[in-house]
Amino acid sequence: MMAKKSMVVERLRKAQMIECLSKGKRLDGRGLLDYRPIVINTEVIEKAEGSAKVSIGNTQVIAGVKVEVDEPFPDTPNEGLLIVNAEVLPLASPYTEPGPPDEDAIELARVVDRGIRASEMIDLSKLVLIEGEKVLAVYVDVNMLDLDGNLFDAASYAVVSALLTARIPKFTISDKGKVVKLNEFTKLPIKTIPISVTMAKIGDTLIVDPTYEEELVMDARVTLVIDSDGNLCAGQKGCSGALSFEQIKLACENAIVKSKEVREIIKRVTGYGEA
Amino acid sequence: MRKLIDENGLRVDGRRVDELRPIKIEVGVLKNANGSASIELGKNKIIAAVYGPKEVHPKHMARPDRSLLRCRYHMSPFSTETRKSPAPSRREVEISKVIREALEPALILEDYPRTAIDVYIEVLQADGGSRVASITAASTALADAGINMRDLVTGCAVGKVDGQIVLDLNDIEDKEGEVDMPIAIMLNLNQITLFQLEGILTPEEFKKAFEMALEGCKKIYQIQREALIKKYFGSSEPIPVE
Repeated sequence: MMAKKSMVVERLRKAQMIECLSKGKRLDGRGLLDYRPIVINTEVIEKAEGSAKVSIGNTQVIAGVKVEVDEPFPDTPNEGLLIVNAEVLPLASPYTEPGPPDEDAIELARVVDRGIRASEMIDLSKLVLIEGEKVLAVYVDVNMLDLDGNLFDAASYAVVSALLTARIPKFTISDKGKVVKLNEFTKLPIKTIPISVTMAKIGDTLIVDPTYEEELVMDARVTLVIDSDGNLCAGQKGCSGALSFEQIKLACENAIVKSKEVREIIKRVTGYGEA
Repeated sequence: MRKLIDENGLRVDGRRVDELRPIKIEVGVLKNANGSASIELGKNKIIAAVYGPKEVHPKHMARPDRSLLRCRYHMSPFSTETRKSPAPSRREVEISKVIREALEPALILEDYPRTAIDVYIEVLQADGGSRVASITAASTALADAGINMRDLVTGCAVGKVDGQIVLDLNDIEDKEGEVDMPIAIMLNLNQITLFQLEGILTPEEFKKAFEMALEGCKKIYQIQREALIKKYFGSSEPIPVE
């Protein structure tokens, strides 16, 4: 996933990039805080209860929601389950290979999951069928299809869009106490729309939505997830560099502003909030 | 849900909101390692060992311009309430990665090209905040190993419990609290090397939590320093920081 170019080329490219950034521009012509075009298509997989294909520039990912009846975790008998997983497919770049997920893929999956879960996007207390015995388990799996940087945001938007548009079957409890699936559908109980905003620090500049090339030279990465009320709900710093307290605060301000823009896009394409 | 902060503002273990648990750091606890340190933070008991700089195996992983830092955070099966399988979990893989990335900014790896530095962290008993305690221990062990460093790295967690921002969460607060935010910092350079957040904070709470974590780190840093001074100069008298 992180194949490096030759060291000399990498350093030259980084020097060029820093010079460009000092003028407030990126190599692809974007401003420092601009996203690449975000394209979202929902309901692309008919057999899944919800699905979304998201591209940010050349990065493409696809997420699918499956709902099953399961037993609750012993420590949360009054809550349904929400499990988000992410995989980087071997077809996604020349540097990814089949096999167990590496640490980058595990971090990606866990950070995406954390953002959705910590924001309390889904009201899990409404997914209980029989208290302590039967609950709905919502599985969201997101696959990386084509890599060009910023997988954290692309994966997160796909998961959010798939959950917002999911049609889940209704269930009822029979006289004998069995769970019966009805031929009726409903939406998931949504409480908020969490938006992930990932920034890269290159030199002393923070940029939003890094491309693969920018990720190759970045010193540090920071992902912040913002809910509909403008609160922070998850975060993760990555890579072997560091950030000052001021840079973290700036990252927060950027994330709050950018999250509003992206939330509007997601609301528009998913029709969320409309009757 | 039980109350985690009582009417006097005290927490389940009797601490104030901005108080650390008892903390003890010891340097040079393992004979074989090039550097080692143990830390006790509340009920956390953690050992960190450093091996290297040494030859890299497999050879193709060697970097021509710098040392390869590798890090393993591992929890012993008996370290938790219910036995933890000794196989590395996804959580441990992620924590190993973020710990490595928290230590790397402090190390001058360019001084040791074509070598590896291995950091092994074993959590013998886990209480809340084991990753940040691990970072504190590991950076002390790296200093003990004589690796060239820009600064020590000090870790501390903050969080939100019963609606209040609190320092250094214990196990119960970690599991039942609303927010956990582990931080690691190079204090002399004002550089944050680890930052994670799980749970909802307003921007104002976030700033307050960050500042509280910083104060916690400053206290822990003094204990790190004293532990190194004790091993190398035979006294634990703090030497004033310029």
